[in-house]
Amino acid sequence: MSTMIKMVRSFAAVAAIAIATPALSAGGEAPHIDRQQWSFSGPFGVFERGQLQRGFKVYQEVCQACHGLRQVSFRNLAQEGGPSFSEDQAKQIASDYTVVDGPNDDGDMYDRPAILADKFPSPFPNEQAARAANGGAYPPDFSLLAKARAAYRGFPWFVFDAFTQYQENGPDYIYSLLTGYEEDPEGVEVPAGQYYNHSYLGGKLLAMAPPLYDEAVEYTDGSPMTVDQYSKDVSAFMMWAAEPHLEQRKKIGFRVMVFLIFFAGMLYFTKKKLWRNVEH
Amino acid sequence: MAGHSNYVPQSAAAKWLESRLPVISLVRGSFVDFPTPKNLNYWWTFGGILFFVLIAQIMTGIVLAMHYTPATTMAFDSVEHIMRDVNFGWMLRYLHSNGASMFFVAVYIHIFRGLYYGSYKAPREISWILGVIIFLIMMGTAFMGYVLPWGQMSFWGATVITNLFSAIPLVGEEIRTWLWGGFAVDNPTLNRFFSLHYLLPFMIFGVVILHVWAFHTTGNNNPSGVQPKTKQDTVPFHPYYTMKDLFAIIVFLIVLCWFAFYVPNYMGHPDNYIEANPLVTPAHIVPEWYFLPFYAILRAVPDKLGGVAAMFGAIAVLFVLPWLDTSKVRSGTYRPLFKQFFWIFAANAVALGYLGAMPAEGWYVIFSRIFTVYYFAHFLVILPMLGFLEKPRPLPASITDAVLKGGSGKPAAAASAPDTK
Repeated sequence: MSTMIKMVRSFAAVAAIAIATPALSAGGEAPHIDRQQWSFSGPFGVFERGQLQRGFKVYQEVCQACHGLRQVSFRNLAQEGGPSFSEDQAKQIASDYTVVDGPNDDGDMYDRPAILADKFPSPFPNEQAARAANGGAYPPDFSLLAKARAAYRGFPWFVFDAFTQYQENGPDYIYSLLTGYEEDPEGVEVPAGQYYNHSYLGGKLLAMAPPLYDEAVEYTDGSPMTVDQYSKDVSAFMMWAAEPHLEQRKKIGFRVMVFLIFFAGMLYFTKKKLWRNVEH
Repeated sequence: MAGHSNYVPQSAAAKWLESRLPVISLVRGSFVDFPTPKNLNYWWTFGGILFFVLIAQIMTGIVLAMHYTPATTMAFDSVEHIMRDVNFGWMLRYLHSNGASMFFVAVYIHIFRGLYYGSYKAPREISWILGVIIFLIMMGTAFMGYVLPWGQMSFWGATVITNLFSAIPLVGEEIRTWLWGGFAVDNPTLNRFFSLHYLLPFMIFGVVILHVWAFHTTGNNNPSGVQPKTKQDTVPFHPYYTMKDLFAIIVFLIVLCWFAFYVPNYMGHPDNYIEANPLVTPAHIVPEWYFLPFYAILRAVPDKLGGVAAMFGAIAVLFVLPWLDTSKVRSGTYRPLFKQFFWIFAANAVALGYLGAMPAEGWYVIFSRIFTVYYFAHFLVILPMLGFLEKPRPLPASITDAVLKGGSGKPAAAASAPDTK
């Protein structure tokens, strides 16, 4: 048995270094991103319903004008493990959006209110239109952004991340970006239409104006109406949008783990008994 | 293989079948009665683990293929469709993508086990060569699989790797165009990669059968490196090794499920959640972690053709390894000098992997060159010379002898100790 423990230990050490050289480790000077507390981190993480609903409200009232959510359907809003709107609420939300359908019997495309089965319509018909309306910058779609951006993790931190299950670098980065706007520092030339943000991965100068300010969105549940709270809520919402089955995944994962560890234990003792008369 | 079967058909139906197609005794002889050295340690379970992972990858892959669309305009969205709308689609995809990574973890351990215990030496050269072929097909399969989600890293990874072929003198450009099915990585490329990604695992399966056939003909190697001499040296494969392998497979599954269920995107690159865009090049194009050592070798050579040659040479050298190692002793356990060089080589490989993830500039390039030279020196200089310079420790008379001696025959490094409970 002691050999096994040694083997597992040496395997863990080598494997951790070997596996854990993901692409994240590449890159020059990356901004420092602080870690935040998230309800959905760790093996038992779940989304906080209120936070997702608030985050959705921030998205609707602030971000939606420029950023799409094209992979998410309205029915997802009423899905388990999400913001948990009732089906009627989700229908109501959908009906406020207009989608293009058709062609009808006359061969024409027509507008109609969205239904649960529709996906969120994007604010611009194509990338060129989006760039034209935003001074040449392209506001990225929100559906996957929380997984497509990441806080930089150098050696040796990325090794520990595999064991501590740190997977929230996306929302950490988004929160940090939204709260990272600063007065232009001295000696830095900030061109018109650019804004200084110390967290921006692409090099401190960002084409997005600070989108949030205190009291910009009305919260009815008593949560503080601050840039900080808005940023947290919308980051959490974006994590859900990027990984709508996160809760189900962790829940099933735990059951799988319990079963596998129990099963492995039984097999170990079976194997031990089987081999007891063989000197090996 | 069937030669080891103790099976005597009893029922009329079994007798009828056996006299026409002796498939029962074939399976019995190969996986039930097959005499296996009794001293195999847990490093030997990775063969069974790899077989299990191959089957799991094929099964999850077949279901994923039912929901995936291999077209540049739809591939990215169809993967998201799997993640969001297909029942347990997220589970299939995360098991498949993390399964690919764990496949390489297992195969690297399996290869290093063979290197340490001299499993490539006579009479097992064919088994070893078939194994290197499996490794090559695996690399192709994994590379093409990574292209399928059609994210930024998929696209640019495909561009970088296919461009390597243009380095071949005279016909390079034509070969690249032929691989692409056009003049850039585009829809025809994605289509053929999907087709090949579906085909190659079945080719791997075929070569795996040959791989097993070969070492079932010669018999397994074992930690002592001494051939079994008497019946006391072996146990029947079933139930002894079926049970040991099954236990190891479940422990391996725990690691796989840790990644698939808790940190599923840990081994991926965030840029691959951005749809492929031929007009925007990512800041750093990095392959999947399991290619990083070879990527470092590729970039260590300042010349394009030289880099490609070195990268493929790094694998090609494995084919001739059985004839480069001049030592008569198989197991590293009895080779005091070899043992030290083995661990230096392993550290060198990990270091190359780290450098492969770093940008190709400054000291990183210099160290890449040093480690690349060492990689080849290990096979081409150190191993041939060691056979003459090294004085191996006395070999045990038999496997049973090695087991009974215990301590004396055991290597210093904990990781390579035969399993003695």
